[in-house]
Order: sequence, then structure tokens, then C-alpha cells
Amino acid sequence: MIEFEHVTHRFGDRIVLTDISCRLSQQRIGIIGANGSGKSTLARMINGLANPTEGRVLVDGLDPAQHGREVRRRVSFLFSDPDAQIIMPTVGEDIAFSLRRHKLTHDELAARTEAIVDTVGLSGYIEHPAHLLSSGQKQLLALATVLVTEPDILVADEPTTLLDLRHTREIAGLLATLSQQVIVVTHDLDLIMDFERVLVIDDGRIVADGDPSECVHFYRRSMGVR
Amino acid sequence: MMAAAMIGVYRPGTSLLHRLPAGLKLFGLLLFTTALLVWRAPTTVAIGLAIIICLYALAGYSPRVLLTQVWPLRWIVVLLVPFQWWLGGWRSAVAIVGTLILAVAAAGLVSLTTRIVDLLAVLDRVLSPLRRVGVDPERISLLIALSIRVVPVMLDLVNTVREARRARGAERSLRAFATPVVVRTVGYSQRLGDALIARGIDD
Repeated sequence: MIEFEHVTHRFGDRIVLTDISCRLSQQRIGIIGANGSGKSTLARMINGLANPTEGRVLVDGLDPAQHGREVRRRVSFLFSDPDAQIIMPTVGEDIAFSLRRHKLTHDELAARTEAIVDTVGLSGYIEHPAHLLSSGQKQLLALATVLVTEPDILVADEPTTLLDLRHTREIAGLLATLSQQVIVVTHDLDLIMDFERVLVIDDGRIVADGDPSECVHFYRRSMGVR
Repeated sequence: MMAAAMIGVYRPGTSLLHRLPAGLKLFGLLLFTTALLVWRAPTTVAIGLAIIICLYALAGYSPRVLLTQVWPLRWIVVLLVPFQWWLGGWRSAVAIVGTLILAVAAAGLVSLTTRIVDLLAVLDRVLSPLRRVGVDPERISLLIALSIRVVPVMLDLVNTVREARRARGAERSLRAFATPVVVRTVGYSQRLGDALIARGIDD
């Protein structure tokens, strides 16, 4: 359960989020809004990448600002730019790197790595240099590196922005099948149409919250798009 | 591909060298380079060269791969050979420059046949006694991993900026090159920092 309690976030003189209060308990939640509306900041707060100036965020009762390590064990974060998320030279090594504090044996590590590359559709790429993958494959690898730690919650910030249609569909398909709670910030409205709940953020406030079709309709109208 | 070859990125294989434990290979590298430094002479360099050629062959790599590992040293060699020759004669030049080349070739062979994660695990173990004096071995190994990762990323970034500069007809403008490289590097560093925090790697 993720709770926002009267959360305000300021960046210098600019107010990015204003008095946000909500409880996020659904399995699939989409967050949409214009550029600069504050939706990414809202998502980053769940992982402790940004902290409220006022109010607080609770993830399973823990405040990320105070219990960052414990929260990040529960919450994984997927960025739009996979290049910044990939650290090790090869696919297998990068996935194994996520597990380096899990004290697994060599065989356990190999088994977990193989299982997750199968899940994301990168079988046969374990020894492949990570920086030579296509953008779509890099995003799949980035997803693998966060899922291999078996988090309870996955937050994805515009995960399909840099991807072609095929890889967008692959990522969407994967997100739909995950057992974790998934929160996706996106401009891709098709991606969140099957979700259980959508939040529309505008100028740092939640302006619509509910059923995807209603929220997307509201968002399109507010953007002047039919 | 050039970047990968330059920094000796691991190449999968099943040779004896690939199967040896990372710690043993690092210890062998230490012994090899120490011997080159202690018995610094053209004869030692010749023996060392023979060993290196044999080891590359044993690992299944062609002489071209060996050459790729030492190719980045070419300008240092061009400057160092005449200087050492002038300072101490041809024997000194061969011994010093030969030792440098062989040490790099040996280090390249270790990284070509060993996964980075295995090297970092050895490093974590070797440095673990330093925990008592407040040094975090995992942080040091993370630093090394990031340094290796940054090379291809920076090469890609520089190539992108160079192409953008050409597309705008500003091939000779240093400003049109340096400004976006610095800005993008800072941006990449911030995103990488966020990603490390998000992955719980630096907690």
C-alpha cells in the first residue's frame, strides 16, 4: 500500500506538487499528465528519489525519506533511459550485479539470471555486450535488472518513450503479466487502458482519478484533443 | 565494438583460461608483471612475449586480438622508445617499453577471459580486511565497474555530438563540441546516480 499524505514538493521557488493525498492499492495504476505537470516527481517519491517538502509518503508504512534502503528493497524503479540504468558490460553480468548483495551461490545466480532473461525475452543474450543492444532490448534488460530482485512494487517512469512499436508492445505485455503492483508514468495512453486506475496530474495536482477510459477522456479533452 | 575491444571486455569461451578461477588469474598477472619488473631485460621481454602469445592462443584468441589490446599504447610507445634509447640505450628502451606492453597485454587477457562480476568478487574479498579502517570494498568495486561502463557510453556520446555538429555545419567549432559533451555528461551522471540509488546499489 502506497500512501501520499498532504504531499507538497517545491523545487526552489517552483511548486511541483501541491497537497497531494491518495492511497494507491490497485495492482495496475497509470499516471498521466502534460510535460512538467509533476507526475514523474510523484512517482520518484515512491522510491525515495525525491522527497516531499511538506507531508509524507508511506510505502507499506515506511517513509522512503527515512527508510530509503528498506523501501528500495520493496520498490524497484524503471527509467525511460535504459543507458543510465545499465552498469555492467554484458547482459548476464548486469543482471547478476543487481543480486550482488543477495549472497547467492554461483549456480543460484546463474539460475536466477537465466530465468529472468527468459521472462523478458532476452534468451541467448546473456553473454551479449549490453551497450550493443538495441534501445528496446536495453529497456528489456533494464526491466530484467529490477525484476530479478523480486520487488513488491515496480514504478516505471515513461518506460516506452524511446521504444519502437514492437518493443513498446513487449514492455506492455510484460507489465501486464507481472505479479507485482505496477505504477506507470506515461504519455502512451494505450499502455494504461487496461489498468485498474489512472491518475491525471496537472500543475502539481490530481485533477482526475479513477477508471482509465474516463480519465483518458478527461485528459484528452483538457489537452484539446478529441 | 572498438570500445569493447579496447577495454578488454569479457569474451565468452570454454578454454582453460576461461575456466580458471578469477583469483588465480589475478595472482598470475601479479606474478607475471612482478617478474617483468624485477628481471627487466630484453631477454625477459622475449620470454614474456612468448608466454603471452602462447596464452592468447590457449584462450583461443588470434594475434589480432592481442594487437587490439595493446594498440591504445601506440602513441606512448612512439614517444617512449626514442626517449629511453637516448637515456639508457636500446636495451633499456626494449626492457621498459616491452614490460609496459606485455603488462597491458596480460591484463587484457585476464579481462577478456574473466567476467567483471567475478573480478569484482575477488576484489571484494581481497579488500575486505580494509573494512576495519572504514574502507567499503563494495564501493571500490562499484567505482571500477562504473569506470569500465562509462568508456563505451562516453564514446557513443562523443560520436553523437560529433555527428550533430557535422549536421549543423560546425565541424571545426570547439564550442559546438565541448558544450553539448559537458552538458550531456552531467545529465548522464545525474541519471546514472538516480539509477544507482533506485537499484539500491549504493545504499
